[in-house]
Amino acid sequence: MSGPAPAPAVLVDDLVVRFGALEAVGGVSFAVAPGEVFGLLGPNGAGKTTTIRVLTTLLAPSAGRALVAGFDVRGDSLAVRASIGYIPQAISVDGALTAYENLDFYGRVTGLGGWGSKSLRRERIDEAIETMRLEPMLDRLARTLSGGMLRRLEIASALLNRPQVLFLDEPTVGLDPNARTMVWEELQALREQAGTTILVTTHVMEEAERHCDRIAVIDQGLLVEQGEPAELLERYETESLEEVFTAVTGRAIGQESADQEGRLSDVRAQRRVARRLG
Amino acid sequence: MSAPSAASPAVSADRSEIGQRPAALSMGPLARVGAGTAAMAQAEMRKLRHDHLDIITRSVQPLLWLFIFGTALRNNRALTLGTLDYRAYLAPGVMAQAAMFIAIFFGLAVIWERDVGQLQRLLATPLPRSSLVLGKAAGACVRALVQALLLLVVLAAAGIGVRWSVTGVLGTLAMLMLGTAAFACMSMLLAAAVKERERFMGIGQLIMMPLFFASSALYPLSIMPSWLRVVARVNPLTYEVQGLRQMLVGVGGAGEVWLDFLVVAGFFAVMLVAATRAYPKAIL
Repeated sequence: MSGPAPAPAVLVDDLVVRFGALEAVGGVSFAVAPGEVFGLLGPNGAGKTTTIRVLTTLLAPSAGRALVAGFDVRGDSLAVRASIGYIPQAISVDGALTAYENLDFYGRVTGLGGWGSKSLRRERIDEAIETMRLEPMLDRLARTLSGGMLRRLEIASALLNRPQVLFLDEPTVGLDPNARTMVWEELQALREQAGTTILVTTHVMEEAERHCDRIAVIDQGLLVEQGEPAELLERYETESLEEVFTAVTGRAIGQESADQEGRLSDVRAQRRVARRLG
Repeated sequence: MSAPSAASPAVSADRSEIGQRPAALSMGPLARVGAGTAAMAQAEMRKLRHDHLDIITRSVQPLLWLFIFGTALRNNRALTLGTLDYRAYLAPGVMAQAAMFIAIFFGLAVIWERDVGQLQRLLATPLPRSSLVLGKAAGACVRALVQALLLLVVLAAAGIGVRWSVTGVLGTLAMLMLGTAAFACMSMLLAAAVKERERFMGIGQLIMMPLFFASSALYPLSIMPSWLRVVARVNPLTYEVQGLRQMLVGVGGAGEVWLDFLVVAGFFAVMLVAATRAYPKAIL
């Protein structure tokens, strides 16, 4: 602890999450350095979302420890919630409010107290509007926005509290290729300008390869491999992370195991998102 | 779960660089509940403003009860114990009932928000869970208020025998808010348990009808068979309507108005605590 290495932005230590008899996460450990873009990779149902839910304090771990921004998710959950931004896989802005009203609402909610003064909130909202280029859509109801615009609005609204760590669960699901690229560009810019630590889950290996500094591969609740994308390609002597995944797990990533995943509610939620994103 | 130690400037080896306590935590817990509820309520008001057609169509429903059901039974003196125009007797009942309909289906919005991901995201912010529930309840209250004001205007215009007084009207609105907030919390509790829209619709209908008919909304308890009277006696809607009727038309209260307020307030408190506790589980 006294060494020159900075404290990790996220530290997960032997994390276990059980739902009854089912072990969704079975002893996962990893650390994310401040300012890093860290990708959690794996097929649907591998335990990525469950891990994110623990890190965002939505779910209590069954065993193990997790620190986010230096705070324990269990003992100090309020401090964690005040230090993070979280964008779930499904659409999290309110369709019945305009884009601006959504920003204002999340500004008020995330900034409860502390920085929540009206003038500061205005300032940060204006800044977020500029960074995410939201100007033309401010007065439109969010439900009329396209998928790419919605993601931009969500990212903007998650930045108002200047999070130390930003969590994104499958941020590019349901987006067209242009919007996908754009989302990643925004995230990269955010990291460079504000030094925000970004933890992102995805099952699109090619995106992870291109945009993440480091990745961890999760399969069936276990962390099976981690490292820098280039380093992993070299280690497994392959051309793509998809092949790395196959080498590690013995399966192709598209070929999903039918056990815990494909739960009806997940599938339905995904379809709904896809429908809304057009 | 241990209580978040918001006040202690905790220092541990792990948080040397990164664990700087977020500024948002400088606020006390009660102030946070207040500010959080205000933010939620404001969002609800804005939604209502974008969709005023909805509130207008909903406001028609109590008028139909009043002018069709009420007119049809107008000459049945047994219902009003012989003293009053039945429509005046009915008005507080349909006011409470219409508000309860709004409140009970507020849980649907919660399920929707869970499905689309809003709820998960809100639960990962410093917003207190009680604010989440209170803010939604405030949204139901505002809708009920608009509906009630419209009803009062129609009552005045139609010359239906309401005893107009400032305290009576203010007391009526206060009672209506309290009851609506309580039923909205009950609805969220139910939504947290049911989690699916289709099932929620069914169960919502199932509990709404007995709550409505086994209450003093349409007829006095004295004409009910004794077993039904027992049900009506434990039904919070009965007390809400009794209070409303006493304040608005000056009859029908079995006891003191303050007692009716006490029962409805107690019901609200229990539902608020229960909904606040059940809510986080709704995301799983």
